[in-house]
Amino acid sequence: MQPDSLIFIFLNAFLINNFVLALFLGLCPFVGVSAKRDTAFNMSLATIFVMFVSSTSAYGINLILQYYDLEFLRLISFIAIIASAVQLVEMAMKKFTPALFRALGIYLPLITTNCAILGVALFQTFREYDFFQCVAFSLGAGVGFGLAIMLMAGLREKLELVNLPNVTQAAALSMILAGILSMTFMGFAGLGGGSV
Amino acid sequence: MPEATRSETPMNLEIFTAGLWRENPVFVMMLGLCPTLAVTNSVINSLAMGAASIFVLVCSNALVSALRHFIPRQIRITTYIIIIATFVTMVDYIIQSISLDLYNALGAFIQLIVVNCLILGRADAYAAKNPITRTVLSALGMGLGFTFALVCLGGVRELLGAGSLLGFQIFSSNYQPWVVMLLPPGGFIVLGCWLLLFNWLKQRKTSRLIAAEEAIDHSRQIETT
Amino acid sequence: MTGSELKKPLQQAPDMPSAWRLVSTLTVVALLSGILVVLVYQYTKPIIAENKRIAIERAIFLIFPDANNALTFRIEDRRVVPVDANTTSGEIIHAVYDRSGQLLGITLEAAALGYQDEVRILYGFDPDKQCIIGFQVLKTAETPGLGSKISTDADFQANFHCLEAQVDVQHGGLRHAIRTVKHGSKQHPWEIDAISGATITSKAVGRMLNDSGQQLLPVVVDNLQLFRDAYQAETG
Repeated sequence: MQPDSLIFIFLNAFLINNFVLALFLGLCPFVGVSAKRDTAFNMSLATIFVMFVSSTSAYGINLILQYYDLEFLRLISFIAIIASAVQLVEMAMKKFTPALFRALGIYLPLITTNCAILGVALFQTFREYDFFQCVAFSLGAGVGFGLAIMLMAGLREKLELVNLPNVTQAAALSMILAGILSMTFMGFAGLGGGSV
Repeated sequence: MPEATRSETPMNLEIFTAGLWRENPVFVMMLGLCPTLAVTNSVINSLAMGAASIFVLVCSNALVSALRHFIPRQIRITTYIIIIATFVTMVDYIIQSISLDLYNALGAFIQLIVVNCLILGRADAYAAKNPITRTVLSALGMGLGFTFALVCLGGVRELLGAGSLLGFQIFSSNYQPWVVMLLPPGGFIVLGCWLLLFNWLKQRKTSRLIAAEEAIDHSRQIETT
Repeated sequence: MTGSELKKPLQQAPDMPSAWRLVSTLTVVALLSGILVVLVYQYTKPIIAENKRIAIERAIFLIFPDANNALTFRIEDRRVVPVDANTTSGEIIHAVYDRSGQLLGITLEAAALGYQDEVRILYGFDPDKQCIIGFQVLKTAETPGLGSKISTDADFQANFHCLEAQVDVQHGGLRHAIRTVKHGSKQHPWEIDAISGATITSKAVGRMLNDSGQQLLPVVVDNLQLFRDAYQAETG
């Protein structure tokens, strides 16, 4: 598989270099909203959506910035784009799909400070992806985030029923669980044939 | 009003030390985890990341505090983000001009300081309500506490994963390094262990307090009888 | 601390400030931030360019210890064009000469995705032996002690005493594709023996050398006389 083929980019962001478990991006929501499976699911839907919108807008913005040689404004414009994309998504959802808004509404503002979103925008620029590669990359990263957070939520729901020592309360246990999950994800290295 | 009482309390070292230990951003408040785990595979990277974060935290919070009467509430988050992004861009270029090797080792994570929730959180929760000197002091404490946490993680990971500290070989060459410590799982597990340690210390402290109170109650009972 | 807490109103504002007030505040803040960023950018730009130039120069001298002088060229559409030493855009190559003005070799840049992020190297090509005779890492964020071994591991470096990179008869690519093989199974001079435990980064090195070699080395070989003449022209 070619390293710049769309499928490879998708798989790479989804499994091999999972955004949460290998690149440590988006840890705040990963720890914060992974207690219940249904909230985790809604959060990942919202993240995938915002990631897609902001990644494509960041691609456009970067073209403009490169044309005018204004690369030093990249970071400021990306973060502004993400903040407005979140607001826009929030407003559009409220207007057109009130049911979806009720389900996802409270997670949307949280996403502004999700480093995975800015991470996608920055990495796609550094790696000089074209438009379709950006789409594949952002979808892979979003689905990968969803997978990680859902796995975590499932594990934590099971652990609710287990008798644990007091010191493992709160985030300490989540971190160790994440470590084990991350170790299993290392097994995906090499996926996609000899190109890795 | 809580703000009024807070500004009446005298300026003291407590504002500074709070961030270092009692309200440590990483170990106690779980803020800014992404850079904490991503760049701490060596002590030198941890120190560089800490220094960059202190610079951004102090400068942006000082500016937010200076402009706090001027910024309308409705657009405060947008304004804070712009201010933070400005200082991060500055630090990005400054690090490039100091050392390209360091810049390459930290990769995209310098730019990701923008979304470090610690900085935005402190801007909104503290800098927006407090005078500038107090803000700078508090931000400095928080920044140092953050750096302390990064170095704690980086130290353990470098020592176990490479057998060295700050690039100097500590263990003998017979030492078989725990390579996994340098890889992502090691980051999660080391942080988990530090959190366990902190939980244990906290529990020991509270159980001692309870024991001490019980002892006082007991002695009072003896006195009254 | 979560975003929802951030968004929670501090206190109910009695009246909404005018749109003019909001816009003017944002404009002032954006203006301030723009000025700060531009000042720092303008101040650090020459320093950063100088740092990059020094890094490349250092790498050239490590690959060709006898080097005395180097000229910068750019490959544009299978042609070699001399450019200014500070040019950074396009496929930049350097021709390296010794004290007597003899062409020692060419250095080229190559990059590929490693374990975490892009790995960028500068490698030296010896046109007489038609082989790659060493590389220096320019940019890496690979795990220290693992992926970073590509520049320290003696066995791995031994691959590059003379890694065959012969151009094929049509000058359209390499005669044998450069590839990374599992540790201890190197059989041909165009194979790279991977570091065990850092296979991904080792393979990235093989991949980037092959990609860059297939594409650029035929052009380099076609233009050897141009490199030799360029030095004469430069020194008069």
